[in-house]
Amino acid sequence: MSVFIDQSTRLLVQGITGRDGSFHAKQMIAYGTKIVAGVTPGKGGQRFEGVVPIFHTVAAAVAETQANTSVIYVPAAVAVSAIFEAADAGIGLIVCITEGIPVLDMTRVLPFVNERGARLVGPNCPGLISPGKSKVGIIPGNICKPGNIGIVSRSGTLTYEIIHQLSTHGIGQSTCVGIGGDPLIGTNFIHCLSAFQGDPETVAIVLIGEIGGTDEQQAAEFVQRSVTKPVVGFIAGQTAPPGRRMGHAGAIISGSSGTAAEKIAALERAGIGIMKRPADVVPLLKERL
Amino acid sequence: MNLHEYQARDILRRHGIPVPPGEVATTSAEARAIAARLGGGRVVVKAQVHAGGRGKAGGVKLAKNAAEADADAKAILGMTIKGLTVHKVLIAPAAEIASESYLGIIVDRASQRPVLMVSPAGGIDIEAVAAKTPERIRRLAVDPRYGLLPHQALGLGFFLYQDVAQARAAADIMQKLYTVVYAVGASLAEINPLVTTPDGTVQALDAKIAIDDNELERRPEIAALRDVSAEAPEEVAAREAGLTFIKLDGDVGCCVNGAGLAMATMDLVKYYGGEPANFLDIGGSSNPQKVVSALRIITADPRVKVILFNIFGGITRGDDVANGIVQATREFTLKVPMVIRLTGTNEREAMEILKKAGFSALTDMDEAVKQAVAIAKRKAA
Repeated sequence: MSVFIDQSTRLLVQGITGRDGSFHAKQMIAYGTKIVAGVTPGKGGQRFEGVVPIFHTVAAAVAETQANTSVIYVPAAVAVSAIFEAADAGIGLIVCITEGIPVLDMTRVLPFVNERGARLVGPNCPGLISPGKSKVGIIPGNICKPGNIGIVSRSGTLTYEIIHQLSTHGIGQSTCVGIGGDPLIGTNFIHCLSAFQGDPETVAIVLIGEIGGTDEQQAAEFVQRSVTKPVVGFIAGQTAPPGRRMGHAGAIISGSSGTAAEKIAALERAGIGIMKRPADVVPLLKERL
Repeated sequence: MNLHEYQARDILRRHGIPVPPGEVATTSAEARAIAARLGGGRVVVKAQVHAGGRGKAGGVKLAKNAAEADADAKAILGMTIKGLTVHKVLIAPAAEIASESYLGIIVDRASQRPVLMVSPAGGIDIEAVAAKTPERIRRLAVDPRYGLLPHQALGLGFFLYQDVAQARAAADIMQKLYTVVYAVGASLAEINPLVTTPDGTVQALDAKIAIDDNELERRPEIAALRDVSAEAPEEVAAREAGLTFIKLDGDVGCCVNGAGLAMATMDLVKYYGGEPANFLDIGGSSNPQKVVSALRIITADPRVKVILFNIFGGITRGDDVANGIVQATREFTLKVPMVIRLTGTNEREAMEILKKAGFSALTDMDEAVKQAVAIAKRKAA
């Protein structure tokens, strides 16, 4: 098994004819992901790469192809409408890669998504991959290896670094989820920890957090209460100055809150193994397995 | 993006919130003229910089008349507060104050809603109030579908004032402040202090607004309020080149793709006993020109003793980064050594390009950081 995506994922790509959308759609197809439809308003009736049918709207694509998952590559200015549209069409899992969505727009779309019972991953995230089964987003497939470690992370390339460390040491992954670097996101650490705890294939979990907010602290409490599988964690931004946004919109120490030190302390209290550097992931996991 | 106090006051005034008069000056003569226009009586002269603690730093002065306002402005203009030079002062009448309260709206990460915070303990840092006397703060998570409802605002108005007229006035200001947040794309809008004057009127004496950077593209009129003179020049240059750059105090210049990896790289420099000179994220898209700009910005800092590249190719292609490095060395001389770590997409092509240009690259992050720190230490000795 794996979490959120697997062989039964029927993917729809919103923005399939755009620069990023078309590039990554090809990569996902090459990886073996079942892309059943694309959506680009105005290009309905055409086919992507001569194969994948393109529709004007998500609703039409779902009616025709029974897509159950959508990935969004459209520009920031229209990305929120794309999330609204996917949720309205009954898509169960919506993955928004787009960076730059205003946070006030997220305050409006999140309740809409929740009311329809959909799950949003992102925005501003690299997506998910269940190695050997399905890839939704932009995580490079070649660095992953099928296996039993679940990864949840607020970052993109830092996640690749950790996956790379694992794979080169022969440790595979069940599912890797990039939850995104924005302050308001759909799926958080707790949702992923809970899914990994319930997934028989996942034997241990890697949590990659960073400065800003209190999601890691809440995740630590959840681990203490409800996770029996070993968890190891890394927090980026120990050298980050307060009050500055470190690239990600959500990576900011406000006043005295959201520091790496307080997050590391919370993870330690919950018995989570702390990685001092990315390369520690291998020995720490080996100790716990 | 932070707005100056005078810009925030203008926005509040335009949305119907009572704000005392006041104008901004860039010279002491202008300050004197404004003070005279305001009646020639007592005025406050306030430094307009993006830093807290202006009063403590001597950036806020009380002047008895226009001549004193001139002298105070002369003293404040050009002074540095937390590393920022003061280029503008706000001149406003010195208000008689009967009470000071706090009103603020932030977008709260935990509830995923705009949260209104009010406190009768105004005029001081709200974090200190929250830490010491949390019972003196009320918080309300607003449902963005319905906005701030009148009865909710009035309830909070009575938390601040017993007087019915004042409670109503405060409630009205709260609703207007909520409108301001969505109208300008604010991630924070604060009135501190919200004052009552001896005659009983409620006014916004000082205001702070921070704009969500992601709002700027669709709000050119707000983006135009950016004051580049209030920012570090290398950070302005980085933004214009499409990079995220934050200056730090160390000597290991860092050039990384991705924000999380960039932070982890800085942390690893520290782990091996070095000090990072900066945070720099060249972003996800591949563009050799970005690498050239990044190197130009990093090497402009005379303290940088070594440049550390850490690239994990995903969307970013290794060959694009390698081409950028080679192109940069053609455009200008790098006065400091470079340690390059490069792996992922098009790694082989990148290594080939670097080798031809006489550079070598590592594939292991720890090894690269160790080498960079060793070089910085050797040069410092």
